[in-house]
Amino acid sequence: MHYNLCDMIADITQNAVEAGSSHVTLECIQSSDWLDVTVKDNGKGMSPDVLARAEDPFYTDGIKHPKRKVGLGIPFLIQTAEETDGVWNIQSVPGKGTTVTMKFNLTNIDTPPVGNISGLFTEILTLPGEYDMDIHRQNSITGNDYRLNRKELKDALGGELDSAASQILLRKYVDSQEKQ
Amino acid sequence: MTLEELRKLRGQMKTEVEKRTTEGKTTQIIVGMGTCGIASGAKETLNAFLKEIDEKGLADHVMIRQTGCMGLCAHEPTVEVIVPDMPKVIYGDVSAKVAKEIVEKHIIGKQLLDKLIIDKPAADIMAK
Repeated sequence: MHYNLCDMIADITQNAVEAGSSHVTLECIQSSDWLDVTVKDNGKGMSPDVLARAEDPFYTDGIKHPKRKVGLGIPFLIQTAEETDGVWNIQSVPGKGTTVTMKFNLTNIDTPPVGNISGLFTEILTLPGEYDMDIHRQNSITGNDYRLNRKELKDALGGELDSAASQILLRKYVDSQEKQ
Repeated sequence: MTLEELRKLRGQMKTEVEKRTTEGKTTQIIVGMGTCGIASGAKETLNAFLKEIDEKGLADHVMIRQTGCMGLCAHEPTVEVIVPDMPKVIYGDVSAKVAKEIVEKHIIGKQLLDKLIIDKPAADIMAK
């Protein structure tokens, strides 16, 4: 299991971006008891057969790591949800995309800590590739409710997200939204 | 901070990065962020690089990229560092503390951190 929930979400969102998606949506809705996360992409999707095998830690499509025999991203999610009274679901249609929903029970003592949300958003917004991404964050405890759009942010940052300069400013911007 | 303020802040910085990159003169830091990297704390490593580069005033001279697993899972977090006129190297076990050292010694001091070099990506991961 990952060290914190943000790492778990980063891992699953990276899958979404790497599925050849032109658009990825992340929702991160938090209350005192639950963190509800939805990652939706319009990438290549998986057939029911491939999806079933993706739940097996000893399965990988063999594309990224030709001779390796493990794929731990989704198994980590299943392990975390099952051991901490959480919920997970993956819907996927080949050629249309994949939607992963995760509900983490924050009152269960075994649930990993949430982790750093603005670090997570900065990280997934700066993954390589020409995808667009919409993020919606809500936290009913702090009253926070904001949205981030990758194209808009990239444009404000002079059209590139690769330089340390852009990433440092992006982090400060996301921090300012998260701490409102 | 508003988007407009963000735009203004970015406008105040130099924007020569892209030009230098095409000339192969920009320093690049590539952090492995596969499941193995993430599980080993690559996010802290990435944040440590950003913080150190910001503090040393190098933000306009360095590109930071994320990549997947480089096949060296036993030594995650792994980081590839490309400094113009220096050999490309991959460092292993790059904690936040080591990240700071890489910025100070390798990127600023132009000295390799010999003991942490892992070499190139594992042979079975490299594109044929």
